[in-house]
Amino acid sequence: MKKRNIIQKLGFSALFACMAANILFLGTIIFFIAARGLGAINWEFLTQAPRDSMTAGGVAPAIVGTFYLTSGAVLFALPLGVACAVYLTEYSPKGWIVNLLRISINNLAGVPSVVFGLFGLTVFVKYAGFGVSILSGSLTLGILALPVIISASQEALTAVPQSTREASLALGATQWETIRRVVLPAALPGILTGVILSVGRVAGETAPILFTAAAFYLKGYPHSVFSEVMALPYHIYALMTEGTHPEIQTRIAYGSSLLLLALVLSVSMLAIFIRARQRKTYHA
Amino acid sequence: MHNLHPSPAQGQIGLNINPMGEADSSDGKPKISARGVNFYYGSKRALNNINIDFTPRRVTAIIGPSGCGKSTFIRLLNRMHELVPGSRLEGEILLDGLDILAQACDAAELRKRVGMVFQKPNPFPKSVFENVAYGLEVNGVTDRNLIEEKVVDSLKKAALWEEIKDRLKDSALGLSGGQQQRLCIARCLAVSPEVILFDEPCASLDPISTAKIEELILALKKEYTIVIVTHNMQQAARVSDQTAFFLMGDLIETGRTDRIFKAPRDKRTEDYITGRFG
Repeated sequence: MKKRNIIQKLGFSALFACMAANILFLGTIIFFIAARGLGAINWEFLTQAPRDSMTAGGVAPAIVGTFYLTSGAVLFALPLGVACAVYLTEYSPKGWIVNLLRISINNLAGVPSVVFGLFGLTVFVKYAGFGVSILSGSLTLGILALPVIISASQEALTAVPQSTREASLALGATQWETIRRVVLPAALPGILTGVILSVGRVAGETAPILFTAAAFYLKGYPHSVFSEVMALPYHIYALMTEGTHPEIQTRIAYGSSLLLLALVLSVSMLAIFIRARQRKTYHA
Repeated sequence: MHNLHPSPAQGQIGLNINPMGEADSSDGKPKISARGVNFYYGSKRALNNINIDFTPRRVTAIIGPSGCGKSTFIRLLNRMHELVPGSRLEGEILLDGLDILAQACDAAELRKRVGMVFQKPNPFPKSVFENVAYGLEVNGVTDRNLIEEKVVDSLKKAALWEEIKDRLKDSALGLSGGQQQRLCIARCLAVSPEVILFDEPCASLDPISTAKIEELILALKKEYTIVIVTHNMQQAARVSDQTAFFLMGDLIETGRTDRIFKAPRDKRTEDYITGRFG
């Protein structure tokens, strides 16, 4: 065998090994959590509130809370983020200011989430007077999700060929009509990718809701956006750090983890499904 | 704005400031005239003092080597050059005698009257039907029956209807390159333009698709004023009535196509069409 063929074989083997290692890590995590958590999950676990100092009953209020917080965050961040991305890519004059903004937004994605939590506490809970509530938590998580959504949307918008915009303008459409009717629909799959990523991140965050939304234990379900809520990530944290029955609590924590994983995956699946349908309709 | 068949008088909505001469496009009067046009990308001058008339219901070919400014020039005629930041235009461009560069002339209204077909087919990532209906919808047509009628009519005019009539709901991106380009022509026809600009429409097409487009151009000139940029001199000879030769931002020579090809007056034109450069 020639030397360059051997090198090629080695190269591909190395790449395969890296890929396999990734799958292995992912598989191990899922297997580990499933093995320990599956036993805790049953109908009561999914539908009941916790009982007996969180050693029995279920985690239903936390599921509901995480659902509210995540939806609220996406509802807040999606329109704002997409609008920001549209402005930056379609309208704003190109130059160093826009580049600076872009860099700042990317840096925002790297800010530790506990910092967002403190920001939310100061601005939404205290200053705006929303208190510790779904609203404060959703807004804080939304700000956390913004950079991801803006970046993904900018990428998606930039990927729409200039020739497509020209085609629309040449037919007598205004720039606004072009964006609304041609550019945004074409960019939607990419924007949804951003939503998927941010849902995953937002649903699992603990630090930002620690001071802004989450309650350790609540008897019932939230009745307005100004209610405190339980949330799965914080529930897991509480189970592992407090209480008097560590063994039982650990089992419930793993059950909750598996549930959180399933919840994030199913939201992602939904977005992936919408994206696939959109692609099929519009991209041949 | 809702009237897609403007009479000459109505057609000048947005253009009717500072009327210069007669707005009549009857025989003898040029449909479009460029007067002393200079164009700059930043500080780089791309076109020098271009003066040219385009006769109504005729095909004018613009030929010249790569980088001579022919595509740059044609994009001035529907103000697509405005998308290029830092570009600057001097001179006058008149459509039916009215200045299209005037502040009060709305670019969207102008582009409805002066349509464009691009170098690479650029259908929208939408269905075949939606592609053709798009121009009507953005221009305020809401009557579904009228839209449907117009779509069918435009596809027939673009010689695409027979091939495509069962695939109206399919994505336009699934069509062949030649079909996509004819779809782009149909899309352009749907808004009833008066002038159609073709910017190297066959550059990415095979010979059979090219022949179909050329046939179509010859059929369309009965109703529309056509300007076509091409680097293919045989194509210019086949489809055009008049030819303009551009070189390095200058308009070297313009005249009847047969005359330009048989008896060019300028040495540079002769060199180009006989293949000595370019």
